[in-house]
Amino acid sequence: MGRTIVPIGPYHPLQEEPEFFKLTVEGETVVQIEVQVGYNHRGIEKLSEMKTFDQSTFAVERICGICSTSHPFAYTQAVEDIFPVEVPMRAKFIRVIIAETERIHSHLLWLGLAGHFLGYNTVFMWAWKLREEILDVMEILSGNRNNYAMFKPGGIRRDIKPEDIPGVLKKIDSIIPTLEMLKKAVMDDPVLHARTKNIGILKKEDAINFCAVGPTARASGVKRDVRKDSPYAAYDQFPWEMITCEAGDVFDKLVVRVLETFESIKMVKYCLNKLPDGPIDLNFKDIPPGEGIGHIEAPRGECFHYVRSDGTNRPARHKVRAPTFMNLPTYKATIIGQTISDATIILAGIDPCYCCTERMGVLDTKGNRIYSGADLLLLSQQKTENIRKQMGVK
Amino acid sequence: MSVRVQALLKSPWIFHLSTGSCNNCDIEILDCLTPRFDVERFGMLLAGSIRHADVLVVTGSASRKCIPRMKQIYEQMPKPCFVVAIGECALSRGMFIQSYNCPLPIDKIIPVDVYIPGCPPKPEAIIAGIMKLVKKTEEGLKNKQAV
Repeated sequence: MGRTIVPIGPYHPLQEEPEFFKLTVEGETVVQIEVQVGYNHRGIEKLSEMKTFDQSTFAVERICGICSTSHPFAYTQAVEDIFPVEVPMRAKFIRVIIAETERIHSHLLWLGLAGHFLGYNTVFMWAWKLREEILDVMEILSGNRNNYAMFKPGGIRRDIKPEDIPGVLKKIDSIIPTLEMLKKAVMDDPVLHARTKNIGILKKEDAINFCAVGPTARASGVKRDVRKDSPYAAYDQFPWEMITCEAGDVFDKLVVRVLETFESIKMVKYCLNKLPDGPIDLNFKDIPPGEGIGHIEAPRGECFHYVRSDGTNRPARHKVRAPTFMNLPTYKATIIGQTISDATIILAGIDPCYCCTERMGVLDTKGNRIYSGADLLLLSQQKTENIRKQMGVK
Repeated sequence: MSVRVQALLKSPWIFHLSTGSCNNCDIEILDCLTPRFDVERFGMLLAGSIRHADVLVVTGSASRKCIPRMKQIYEQMPKPCFVVAIGECALSRGMFIQSYNCPLPIDKIIPVDVYIPGCPPKPEAIIAGIMKLVKKTEEGLKNKQAV
């Protein structure tokens, strides 16, 4: 049978971000996929090295608008890892509140978009209507709808006022009935079952081999969650459950995300009720030479930051690994053999975030040369050779 | 030309172009379409293709890979049209002004009619900006007819 190439992108109505998929189809079946990214690269790692440790928090916040807590969270943990410090308990609790509220908004956003991709706009409208309430909560807690600017190395920037807490709790309680209704509507809907069950299955061994993280891995039965595996902030202070499913299809990814929303609501309510007193910031000034890592569970999976300090007030090196970078290759296992009409929901199933992923871009303005891993290794080795020659070292 | 502009203002269809933004502005634009803000009451609708759109909404700080594609998309757009730049990155590149991959602000690449500042601007601000564009153009058309 003849093969046809279906290009999607880079500007297409499916997703807001520019990215390019080249799907090779035989009849209706997808036999090959090629993903091209690089439209969103802005050089944030380099920019971060030009800024001071405090300013870099705002720079990494602009990596991604949806995970605008995850990146500062991981970054501040990396800076605090350079030398032994213990962040005050109140700051830890407030960090958890902000991170979990963000998880609720991010999962609702994905649920809405998934409905939109399936051509089921009712889900889109309901989920995003519900999301507005969460953004209101964010506005009360941090003063911003997005880009909360709550984090700083050593603590947090703003305190939660005690008089705000009852209002926030009331608002969170008010969304639970609607969320229950949405959960029932989504999980019992025959149309959604027909569109998502047994579609884009990621088997457990594939999930492990591709190093999938976050809800993508948990939907396939891999019990992997940074909050449980290496508890950070205040996640070991209260009980909560890790949600896993077995089948690994799009429906299970949906179930994991919806159920996680309820867990997050529980956590936020617990933290707001049991908020300890005390200082919120360590106010340290100097950061000694050294290196540190920070990893946290973002809504999409494990987010990893590495910071090296050389004793000045700027990071000497800052490395970011976003969750989608690990989840993107799972397309190879999920999309091959499926029909072209299911491609959209499978591509959206991992909750991709390309502006998080694009941390490095190689561009030749004359030709269209794209460097492979081996080429980059060769370039790197050549550079070392040149430096050795210049310095006269053998 | 004026008849065409008048027809365009009744129900401006929007095409949304992200040129390397952090998703925040894009999500706030989508937010405008959802029940709380409901921009459809002004006849605005998100168009699937650039060839159906009247208003080009640009976000992001124009990365090198996006610039030629952005020009191409502007050329494909039916004229007359309006271009709205949303967010600090699209206006002046904001904190990415020193980045090696964001060489030009958007208004040096394609002509821009409306600037909406903010990081990200609230949906209210986006709606107000686009309504200002519509009102101003209507006034301009009236004055032209009076002369």
